[in-house]
Amino acid sequence: MEPEQRSPDPEHQSLHEEAHLPPPTLWPIGFAVGVVVILVGLVINPELISSIGAVIAIVFGFLWARDATAELRGQPLVVEPERRDLVEAGEGRTAPPADQQGVALPAPEPGTTIPRSRFLEGATLGLGGIIGGLVTLPVAGFAILPAFLGQKQHKVDMGPVGDYEVDRWYVATFTTDPAEGTVSRRAAFIRNNGTVADPKTQKQVPSFTIISNRCTHLGCPTQANGPSGSILGLPSKTERGANGPVKLDPVVPAGYGCPCHGSQFDVEGNRTAGPAVRALDRYEFEVDNGRLILLSTYSVSQVVGTGAQAKIYKYRQAGPGEHVNGPEQWFYPLQPPHH
Amino acid sequence: MAYTRKPTRAEIRRERMEELVNYPLDWFEERSGLIGGVRYFLFRNVPSDINWMQTLGSAALTAFLVQAITGVILAMYYQPTPQGAYPSIVNITDHLTMGWLVRGMHRWGASVFIILMFLHMGRVFLFGAYKYPRELNWIVGVLILVMGMMEGFTGYLLPWDQTAYWATVVGINLNGTAPFLGPFIAQFLRSGQEISAQTLTRFYSLHMLLIPGGIMALIGLHLYLVIRLGVTSPPWSKEAAGMEPAGEEPVPLRPGLTRPVPRGIAAAQAEPGGSD
Repeated sequence: MEPEQRSPDPEHQSLHEEAHLPPPTLWPIGFAVGVVVILVGLVINPELISSIGAVIAIVFGFLWARDATAELRGQPLVVEPERRDLVEAGEGRTAPPADQQGVALPAPEPGTTIPRSRFLEGATLGLGGIIGGLVTLPVAGFAILPAFLGQKQHKVDMGPVGDYEVDRWYVATFTTDPAEGTVSRRAAFIRNNGTVADPKTQKQVPSFTIISNRCTHLGCPTQANGPSGSILGLPSKTERGANGPVKLDPVVPAGYGCPCHGSQFDVEGNRTAGPAVRALDRYEFEVDNGRLILLSTYSVSQVVGTGAQAKIYKYRQAGPGEHVNGPEQWFYPLQPPHH
Repeated sequence: MAYTRKPTRAEIRRERMEELVNYPLDWFEERSGLIGGVRYFLFRNVPSDINWMQTLGSAALTAFLVQAITGVILAMYYQPTPQGAYPSIVNITDHLTMGWLVRGMHRWGASVFIILMFLHMGRVFLFGAYKYPRELNWIVGVLILVMGMMEGFTGYLLPWDQTAYWATVVGINLNGTAPFLGPFIAQFLRSGQEISAQTLTRFYSLHMLLIPGGIMALIGLHLYLVIRLGVTSPPWSKEAAGMEPAGEEPVPLRPGLTRPVPRGIAAAQAEPGGSD
């Protein structure tokens, strides 16, 4: 193998040059039995049975080591290698194994379309591929699909409508999923616009402006630009809704600003400066049994007007940083399922 | 082997000791061939005018191993849940014995790893070592760099403090603005429409299992190609330019190339069956 490792003794040289089989021995089995007895003894009777096991293991381990190092100690055991007669490949006879001299497999006869070896090769690859696919597909599906399918829709109970003074802005902080805890905490800017006539039924219905505080640049939390809470001399309220506590902070916003990259929005959520690509998102809502319920969000390109009379250019929910109108919208032709 | 004189007792004892050491090694080598393999891997011939800059790759590998080992230990104490993540980080840093050190090694080692990869990349670029026939290894190296940055991105969320949270919000939404597939990538990373507990466990799994596995596989490929193609001489090498006779082993030049044929190929041409 390695010239510098070669022993000067010709007898030991053979150790490196020739393949040689270790002598067949039963000692390892005795050693293994000893170890098993030790382990069983640890459960049953550590002093007695484990000691017996230790004795067995030591005795057989010694015999094994003695056997295995016999060659090193200069008592090589002669082991006859197995031999078989050479069989020539040919008609009516089986081919000899590949490790013997001669042809391992007879050459395929002309006219044979698929030799046996080719068929086995293809079958192995094909079966391997099928088994691999059967294992990989569900795993890959499990890795990817739960992020897209069966998304929970959160209805957030925001407390009685009466808590929202007409024409006053509130910063509302709430959790969408109490089981998730604070990681599902969201904030919205909410203004009660009073009641307005429904254009279809002419019935008076409540109107709310509910703006998500998530910046439409990259999703940081925008803050209201203006005095709030104690500066206004108005206490904040905490409502217990079905989704956990909802905190309402009165605020007088001149607009909203994002602390991350400086986007600015006016009080209706229109972008006025910075890298954001559209107006702030808004929440759908319903009033159920006198309580304000937040539904899913939608995207807005711009808002004209204000309050109940605002004209909102509404689009299906897009991620932060995605244009919803103009030519850039064609970069996002497909959206993952969303509530 | 004939001795000119009778060996002394000390010589016999020495020989006996060598045999004792070699016997288990031979036993192992005969059954695995790994000792020869390790020797082939570690004791390769390199150009005589090799430069210290050429150790930057090994330095980056060492930094990666430090990250792997410290990461495994940190995983024993870290809890990837929204309620447990930050407290467990505080526990590691402030209470567990030497936790501050191992976490610090992991945190700063992350930057060291990236910096060393960039320095290594700069060395390869300035030495022209990315040229034929090593283009593929450059590409593999770039993939390792990208995966290293993915490690940085996913690892940054794990402390679960305000910086981590909002940096990840911004990072995921940046991915989301990629044309066409962006929204899907973002939703995959978020594991849903919103950041949740699953985002944290997903980043944890990506950070400690998937991406490191990919990096290890790519490092294996990278090293295989380094060994197969050999190490380049620095660009100022007079030997490689043919201006100075090479050492005892002259490297044959292939016609039309001003640079020597990489050692692996040269050896294969000179004597079929490899050199080592």
